[in-house]
Parts: sequence; structure tokens; C-alpha cells
Amino acid sequence: MSETTTSTSTPTASPVEEIGAAPITRGRLVLRRLLRNKLGLAGAAVVVLLFLGAFVSPLVYPWDYRTQDDLALLMPPSPEHWFGTTKLGEDLFAQCMRGLQKSLLIGLLVGVISTGVASVVGATAGFFGRATDRSLMWLVDLLLVLPTFLIVAILSPAFRGKSWLLLVLLLSAFSWMITSRIVRGMTLTLREREYVLAARFMGMPAWRIIARHIIPNMASLLIIDATIGVGGAILAETSLSFFGFGIQPPDVSLGTLIASGTDSALTFTWLFLFPAGLLVATVLSVNFFGDGLRDALDPSSRRARSRKGRR
Amino acid sequence: MAGFLARRLANYLVLLILATFLAYALASLTFRPLDALSQRQPPPPASTIEAKAVSLHLDKPIPQRFGIWAEGVVLHGDFGRTVADAPINDELWRRAGISLRLFLAGTVIGVIAGVLLGVTAAIKQYKIFDHVTTLFSFLILSTPVFVIGTLLKVLWLPVNQAAGTQILYFNGESTAGFSGTGWEMFVDRLQHLVLPTVAIAIGLAAVYSRYQRSAMLDVLGSDFLRTAQAKGLTRRRALFTHGLRTALIPMATLFAFGFGLLVTGGVFTERIFGWFGMGDWLIVGVQNQDANIIATVTLFVAVLVLFSGWLSDVVYAALDPRVRVR
Repeated sequence: MSETTTSTSTPTASPVEEIGAAPITRGRLVLRRLLRNKLGLAGAAVVVLLFLGAFVSPLVYPWDYRTQDDLALLMPPSPEHWFGTTKLGEDLFAQCMRGLQKSLLIGLLVGVISTGVASVVGATAGFFGRATDRSLMWLVDLLLVLPTFLIVAILSPAFRGKSWLLLVLLLSAFSWMITSRIVRGMTLTLREREYVLAARFMGMPAWRIIARHIIPNMASLLIIDATIGVGGAILAETSLSFFGFGIQPPDVSLGTLIASGTDSALTFTWLFLFPAGLLVATVLSVNFFGDGLRDALDPSSRRARSRKGRR
Repeated sequence: MAGFLARRLANYLVLLILATFLAYALASLTFRPLDALSQRQPPPPASTIEAKAVSLHLDKPIPQRFGIWAEGVVLHGDFGRTVADAPINDELWRRAGISLRLFLAGTVIGVIAGVLLGVTAAIKQYKIFDHVTTLFSFLILSTPVFVIGTLLKVLWLPVNQAAGTQILYFNGESTAGFSGTGWEMFVDRLQHLVLPTVAIAIGLAAVYSRYQRSAMLDVLGSDFLRTAQAKGLTRRRALFTHGLRTALIPMATLFAFGFGLLVTGGVFTERIFGWFGMGDWLIVGVQNQDANIIATVTLFVAVLVLFSGWLSDVVYAALDPRVRVR
């Protein structure tokens, strides 16, 4: 949405502020809206906290995720082992933090890469139309018929023992389809705008129009999508690792930890509850943050509805 | 209208063949079905391995292998043999039936619950009910199916213990060696079905309630709804005959997209609850490095996804008269 409509129709901002000396940039406006959203803010705070915990705690916490404490096998949580220990005496807290590192990194990378692919494919299909559009959308249909999980499961034996970055590529390669359809739809309307027509008639090459005019105009959608995509990617990664198709031992991810905790979920509950709780907390806070971001970047979607609803 | 649906169907058929071929080719490229045999101790003679390779058609290029498999399926309804040389058809129908029972029950319950929750949340926007459903669906959406399934088990165990008998079962789709009258068999199956179905339905309900809520909110503010009330309809009638019908249209599209998701959820549910359905077979297929099983499961999934896509087209046309004119 354009700045003029949003800044004049923000109901809670006092008019003095709007006309005040300091010009209100879009960035400040979005930030102010974001700060007002309690749930989104809490989500962001938890994400930051989890990131810090995952990357800083291994430096200060006395146990390494691989060390086996033979004197404490299957111990419940205690001051010495915060989350308890596994049946090999490994410290569950250290393992969870290591797993969280992997899950967060993979989620972040996949979210960004797949949104990038989606915007390029969708904008290309929408901008060029005709045969390009038809063949690209047909490819999207084809990939949608094959569930991502199925493809990655089939390919998993091939990348066993290779770097986890391959898993990132594989996950991003199969999670851009639905977004690319949305991007295509938006491109179809953007293509007819005056500034795009002007750029075309001035002889700008198509790829530059896409890069300079089309994609920047969908920035808010893409940012939101990437954020939500992070949550989805974390879920996808843990699901694959749960079956041993993703992260391979000796490395750990939240998925492999939950998998080994599931068998003893009824007897040694902490083995299941801590990694599962951590996973849910991570994805939940990412989703809350994404939702808050949507409201801040694209308030028309929400306010238009709530205004109607009150009638 | 009929032409539109027929054209869609033809397009789907091509997608079906291509999707199956893609899965078969990927599986054939990455799988090494002979490893299990050649790594056996003591190692079998080279001639045995070679004979196995020939019987699996490994000496032929992949498109030709797929051709042989597809010919069997189309001409004889024969889905080939597994690496262990057992016919796939023996297991296929039993497994497909098990999975369909789970998917169908889960989808129906999940979609109905999701639509009802979403509509109610929209009507009671910003009331306590709305906040609770929103929080619930966010929580469920952030929880993978395998955690939901395990939590259901953990939560239900005390109930079973308190009752002193198995009210609902955690494992399998029926009690092994159970025999009784038709009614007793049915009850036994039902006792096994409830928890896995809940695991699937709860996730679907969360997704659908979110979308249904926003679709319903869009409709609530529309002019035609006000007109309907102005001409004398009660609010309830106006909401359900005019409002809900319109708000269901976007859901039809979501249904087609959501089905792939459901299949993935089904794989986990089957594994967690020990059901030997198609999802479990996919994992077995990967573990046994069996391209024929993979192709069969893919075909099954693709048929389901495309059928639901076609069904959503039909529902779309039924709900929105503008589509029918085209």
C-alpha cells in the first residue's frame, strides 16, 4: 500500500505527530506500527532470545553436545544438567541448543532462498505472459502434485553423509510454488501500471523492469512470505530429520532429538518434552512475528476487514 | 461447463503420468537396490547379483524401465514386484484402504470443524471465542504432526489407565487376531481409528479456521448481506444462506492445495500410530531402495491430489454461478 493512504488513515496516531517537523518515512511508520503490536513484539523477542541461546550458550555452558557423562545416564533435569541427560549420558540442553542452531539456520536460509526463487519465477511468468507463463505455471502445477516431503525423502539416500547445505538447497527447491503463484497474480496487475509502461516504452530491458519496478513493489508481500516461510522450513526440516532423511548423526537437529525422545515419551518425558517444546516455541514465535509484520507492512488487509466487521 | 471439467481432467492425466515418471526417475537415479544383496555376509557370487540386476531391469535405461512398469500398470493393472520379489498388488489395496479410511475421516472432520470454528470466530470477532480459536490455531500450526500424535498418546494414556481397559488404542488399525461379529469388528476398528483421525483433523481444522475466518470477515461487511437483511431475512438466515456460501468459495481452492499437505501429515500419523498404510510404505520403499514401491505410492498420492483438485473445481462451480457460464 502506498504511503499516503496509510499515513492519513492511521487512526491512533495524533494529527500533530503527522504534520510535525520530522518527516515520517515509511520505515518509521512501519516500525511504530510494529512496536504497537504486543504479540508480534513478543514473538520477535523470543526469536532473538532463542538465537542468542542457540549461539551463545554453547560457549558458556559446561557440557558439549557430544560429551557423554557416564555418571549420569537418563537423569531428569537438575542444576547440573538443565534439561536432563539421554540414555548415553549426553547433556540434553547442549544437544537442544546445537539442534536449535541447525534448525534456525536452515529455516532462515530456506525461507529467504525459496522466496527469492518464487519472486523470480512468478514475476517472469506474469511479466512475459504467453508461452513463458503457461510453461512456468505448468511446472508449478506439476511440482504441487508431488508433495515436497515425498521428493526429499526419495533423494535423501543420495545426500547421506554430505553437507547440510544440500538439505537447504533441496528444501528451497521444492517450497516456492504457492508463493510464485501469488507473485504472478500481482505481477499481472503491476504490469499495466503507468510507470512500468513508461519504462517499457523507454526501451528498458525486461529483466531490469522486473528487478527495478516489479519486485520492489511487492517487497512487503515478499518480506512477510519469507518470515512465514522460515517457520514452515523449520517444520519441514524437523519432519525430515525425524525420519532420518534430513540431518544425519552424529550431528543433531530438533527433529532427530524429538525422534529419539518419542520412544520414551511415556517413561522419560523430558527427552520428548524439551526438544518438542523448544520447536513449538520457535515456530510459534516466528509465526507471531510474521503476523505482526504483516499488520505493520500491509495494514489495509487487517483494518479494512475490522472496519467492515464492526458495521 | 462439462467441456471445462473434461479439459481439466485431460490436463490432470498428463500431470499424473509426468509426476509418476519424475518420482520413478529420481528414485532410480539415487537408489542402489543391489547394495543390500552385495553387502550380505558371506558375499553372494557375482552371477547372483547380476541375475538380480537383470530381473530388476537395472541393465536397461531408466525411461525404458519406467515404460515396462507403466505398461504393466496400464495393460494388466500390475504394479510390478518389490526388490524382495513380492508382488506389489498384494499389499497395494490393503494399504490404500487403510490410508483412505484415515484420510477420509480426518479430512471430513477437520474441514467441517475448521469451517465452523472460522465462521463462528468471524461472527464473534474480537470476542473471547475469537481470541481462543486464533491462539489455538496458531499453536497447532506451529506444532508438527509427529508432536501432536505423540502428545495425544501421552495425554490419553492416563484415561485408559483410569478406565482400566483400552478405550482407544495407540497402535495399529485393528487388534491382531481379533475375531467377532461384524459389529464387534467395527467397534474395534473405530477404537483404533479415533486418535489418528484426531491427529490429522486437528491440524486441518487449524488451517481451515484461519482462512475461513478471514473469508467470512470479508463477506460480513459486504453490501449484498446488508441487502439480504434489508429485504427481511433474519440475520441468521442471511449469514448462512448468503454469507457462508460466498465465504466457502475461496476454501474450495484451498482444499485442492491443502491435500498434498494432508498426505504428508498422513505419513507421520501412520508411522506414529503404527498403521501400515501408504505413508508407511513410502518410508519402507526408501529404506529398501525400491523404485517400484515409490512409483506406486506417488501414483496413489498424485491421483488423490488431482482428484481433490478436480473436486474443488466442481465445488467451485456449484458455489459460484459465474464459473458455470464460462
